[in-house]
Amino acid sequence: MERSFIIAGFGGQGVMVMGQLLSYTACETTEKFVTYFPSYGAEMRGGTANCYVVISDDPVGAPKVSQADYVVALNDPSMARFKDAVAPGGTIFVNSSVVTIEEDREDVHVVKVDAGTIAYELGNLKVLNLVMVGAIIGYTEVLPAENVLQTAFKKLGAKRPELNPINEAAFKRGYAIGKAAKEGK
Amino acid sequence: MSEKIFMKGCEAVAETAVRAGCRFFAGYPITPQNDVPEYFARRMPQVGGVFIQGESEVASSNMAYGAAAAGVRSMTSSSSCGISLKSEAISWMAGARLPVVVANFQRGGPGIGTIQPAQQDYTQATKASGNGGFKMLVLSPSTLQEAVDMTWQAFELADKYSNPVLLLMDGFTGTMMEPVELPEALSDEQVAAIRATKTWAATGKKGGPQHKVMCGPGLDTRISQEQMNIRDGKMYEEWKTTEVEYEDYMTEDAEVILTAYGISGRIAKSAVGILRAEGIKAGLIRPKKVYPFPDEAYEKLNFDTLKGIVCAEMAIPAQFAVDVENVVHGRTKIATALSSGGEILDRSAIVEAARALCGK
Repeated sequence: MERSFIIAGFGGQGVMVMGQLLSYTACETTEKFVTYFPSYGAEMRGGTANCYVVISDDPVGAPKVSQADYVVALNDPSMARFKDAVAPGGTIFVNSSVVTIEEDREDVHVVKVDAGTIAYELGNLKVLNLVMVGAIIGYTEVLPAENVLQTAFKKLGAKRPELNPINEAAFKRGYAIGKAAKEGK
Repeated sequence: MSEKIFMKGCEAVAETAVRAGCRFFAGYPITPQNDVPEYFARRMPQVGGVFIQGESEVASSNMAYGAAAAGVRSMTSSSSCGISLKSEAISWMAGARLPVVVANFQRGGPGIGTIQPAQQDYTQATKASGNGGFKMLVLSPSTLQEAVDMTWQAFELADKYSNPVLLLMDGFTGTMMEPVELPEALSDEQVAAIRATKTWAATGKKGGPQHKVMCGPGLDTRISQEQMNIRDGKMYEEWKTTEVEYEDYMTEDAEVILTAYGISGRIAKSAVGILRAEGIKAGLIRPKKVYPFPDEAYEKLNFDTLKGIVCAEMAIPAQFAVDVENVVHGRTKIATALSSGGEILDRSAIVEAARALCGK
């Protein structure tokens, strides 16, 4: 089984870290195949940053797809650009704290995560990406939650071990939202 | 083999080069391959190697040329328009028959082009990477594991033939990340032993009977220009039997063949399964070396039953497809699935072209 993700947001929202966290977890803790492709270009400050992740049981063919199984939109410009890039039956994860654009297609699911507010409540706005990763994992079960957390401790905790507890709390809050959305589907 | 490591293409190539005994790298910044010089800048001092950022592409490629003349495993890399600037020295390397590994992480073109991935340099890479009609073995990986394996192979082949070798990458395989297993590094002794086999290298007198000096191409009085061209031409001809390398996937019963190289090769390969699931018998031919071109892969096809070939590449107009047409020579229909300007070739374009050839 192959599952593709497009993750997009403002530069600085932790988009690349989200993609890399999923990718490193897949590579280092599972037998799955994985590719990660960051968009790079003459991006301006305030512009969108995005990356493509494909996690699969078989070798990955196309590391970048025009129709992804999952789109993660952290802001309005990303939502506007990528909401039609979800394959029919796919899911959009929305950072509903700031995203105002609604998806009116009936063939896709939308999981709204008030990630900005949750991160603010937890005391560090930077962990909004961990909230979103939690929601993705809770909903898709593409990787074992414990493995993702351990990888977060290993990669993010290497420089800032004091942030491990808040990263974990953020992940778990998101995970609960993702899991509930999955069950309510 | 070691454990799998999640690495960026540029860094996987640079690390493999170091492990293969590369001890000299000269480059000049250009997107999308800046991670190559950045990696070497950090890594070379750890192994007693040399990293130089030259003042230009011309300078840095000539430095790589000079280091190879001294017998050191040497490398330079750039992207598209930067490779054009390096082509002067590449031609000199071929003229002097010096082993240098050159990597091109292709971006858009012509001219300065977009910084996004492309495959617009196929013709330049395979037909004329500089003046004088020389040839290089041109290796083009589809996956990062293949990029690792081919980087190692490129150093071996460069030394084997004493000739520059081109690693034809693209901005996509350079910047994407994928798990790789790296080869074990050559020891300092092994690196020194390889250098010691190059008895022709310009190493100065060092107590020996004479100064050893490398002559530039056309300046060596011991061989005429024509003798040199005949000698090299013979080597290029031999490659057509000894160095052809390609992947042949589900072609036995195929009614339609998808063919592509590099990043497009893996995308085309994944289209085979999609078409097979629809009942269209698709197969794949993926050159791993684009020079010498694997004529035999296409010659083996059963043209009586074949409905056509789809050539997929990130180049407009098509370049790779021209080589396919030259082999096929009108024996079957040829369609193309093309993209450029930084748009990665979408699998659906290949699938649709194949369906059309099959009348579906």
